[in-house]
Amino acid sequence: MYDVIIIGGGPAGLASAKACLDKGLEKVLIVERDKELGGILNQCIHNGFGLHMFKEELTGPEFAGRFIDMLRDTKVEVMLDTMVLSIEDDHTVHVINTVNGYQCLKAKSIILAMGCRERTRGAIAIPGTRAAGVFTAGTAQRYMNIDGYMVGKRVVILGSGDIGLIMARRMTLEGAKVLACVEINPYSGGLARNIKQCLEDFNIPLYLSHTITDIRGENRVEGVTVSKVDGHFQPIKGTEMYFDCDTVLLSVGLIPENELSKAANIRIDPRTRGPVVYENMETSAEGIFACGNVVHVHDLADNVALEAKKAGESAAEYVSGLRRADKKVVEIKTLPGVGYTVPQHVRVPLDNKFVEVFFRVNRVFGNSVILVKDEKDNVISQFKREFIVPGSMEKIIIPKVMLEKAEGNLTVSVKED
Amino acid sequence: MTELICIGCPKGCHLKVDEENGYKVTGNSCPVGAEYGANELRNPTRVLTSTVRIVGGLHDCLPVRTNKPIPKPLLLEAMAQLRNIEVKSPVRMGDVIIENLLGTGADVIATRNM
Ligand SMILES: Cc1cc2nc3c(=O)[nH]c(=O)nc-3n(C[C@H](O)[C@H](O)[C@H](O)COP(=O)(O)OP(=O)(O)OC[C@H]3O[C@@H](n4cnc5c(N)ncnc54)[C@H](O)[C@@H]3O)c2cc1C
Ligand code: SF4
Repeated sequence: MYDVIIIGGGPAGLASAKACLDKGLEKVLIVERDKELGGILNQCIHNGFGLHMFKEELTGPEFAGRFIDMLRDTKVEVMLDTMVLSIEDDHTVHVINTVNGYQCLKAKSIILAMGCRERTRGAIAIPGTRAAGVFTAGTAQRYMNIDGYMVGKRVVILGSGDIGLIMARRMTLEGAKVLACVEINPYSGGLARNIKQCLEDFNIPLYLSHTITDIRGENRVEGVTVSKVDGHFQPIKGTEMYFDCDTVLLSVGLIPENELSKAANIRIDPRTRGPVVYENMETSAEGIFACGNVVHVHDLADNVALEAKKAGESAAEYVSGLRRADKKVVEIKTLPGVGYTVPQHVRVPLDNKFVEVFFRVNRVFGNSVILVKDEKDNVISQFKREFIVPGSMEKIIIPKVMLEKAEGNLTVSVKED
Repeated sequence: MTELICIGCPKGCHLKVDEENGYKVTGNSCPVGAEYGANELRNPTRVLTSTVRIVGGLHDCLPVRTNKPIPKPLLLEAMAQLRNIEVKSPVRMGDVIIENLLGTGADVIATRNM
């Protein structure tokens, strides 16, 4: 019997294992389907990780390496090359690998840390032929950075998410010509620093409010048509531009990987596509916790690690017998402009002095106030911001004393000055 | 006056650099931004991250980076140097792969064990 089984060995899994260890748990197991620990960080060879946690600018492999080193020669067990097939309410974990075959492992608690996968061409339905040369940006990143294959010479990138921006720079440095980055929204989905250092540094044009309306080519992509879109994302006739290219990279978003969670009847939030969680990262299934990109898509591995620490500590508390299930639940609702919050539920009275709430807006806000109100329209907390963009996750901290004054459920909204 | 986005951290502060006034920077939330803003208009530098070939390792590519920023105009020349390198496993994180890259004073180091 394990104390905790952690599914996924990326930064979320690693940091939650470290927290379990620090809380004194003896039997902790990480199950990872890949041949090595580190998750998506192994292919993120660029720098920009760890500024908050380690006060240094590290690359993805270095950031993962720090955590792997902390777990080396500890009691944490690791099963690599092992796929988790299903989990059950009684915390049984079904796994399979080529050495031991099929196994049922028992645990007192489970942490979900499966990360996310990329949205594909199917998910956004781009018209045109089905020629080779269309990759998701993350797949291309893996081919280039891990396997050493160059995926194309003349590239158009659809979507301005961070992975696409990072790949624009990577491919340019490796000698490809990146012709354009095309974004359907009127704003970029990536961090401002990546627009600067990945596109502007190399004079790659960014077309906002544009999309690919046709992909041409028999066997390999030969070119794409790009059109401007109106306020309803409909292509505007007469604005077509043609790019002669052999490769299209899609950077159109990530989706939390929750097949296991869904099969276990864990409640999923349709907005985040991840499990609904309480302030201690517990899901709707008692004793099953979740952290990292499986809960909601993070832009910073540092935030993943902090969230994972919370999940690991909570799992350790659960293993030592602490139960929260009979507490009162306050729901955090969102008003238009706010896409979602994590956590979605808070159990009161809080055990901590405050609760951290993360959220994303779904449009750009200038000078504004973030308002947390209760059902009687009382303002529980408010926060000023110079600007809030969909590309960066926001964080607010609601003190316990304020939360205790709230009547009924809470709402989060953003008001522009 | 030139407006820039700071690339020092994910916050991405909007900087204003006053060329006529000793490259004085405003809009930064920390000292990194002041230094970045002043350098960016005179001698822009970047940390280069890439891969080199490795034999006998778990994968065929070893991720590497420069251990300090190098002048931006040298990035492509530096990439050409990396293309000629092949290392043998085992390599430790932090091992020097190229010393004093293109005379910049920066070393290229491995960013993982392999
Ligand atoms: C391309 C890219 C660039 C990024 N750039 C930055 C950056 O510059 N700075 C920054 O701070 N952050 C960056 N991020 C964000 C950060 O890297 C991620 O948010 C973070 O890695 C997510 O960690 P995770 O552990 O939740 O998921 P992952 O790293 O995806 O790990 C999940 C792990 O679970 C395993 N798994 C899934 N299902 C199963 C199963 N059924 N059985 C067994 N194992 C399973 C997977 O194999 C994987 O190893 C970037 C992310 C990407 C994708
Ligand atoms: S000025 Fe400081 S806080 Fe602002 S982006 Fe630059 S490094 Fe980050």
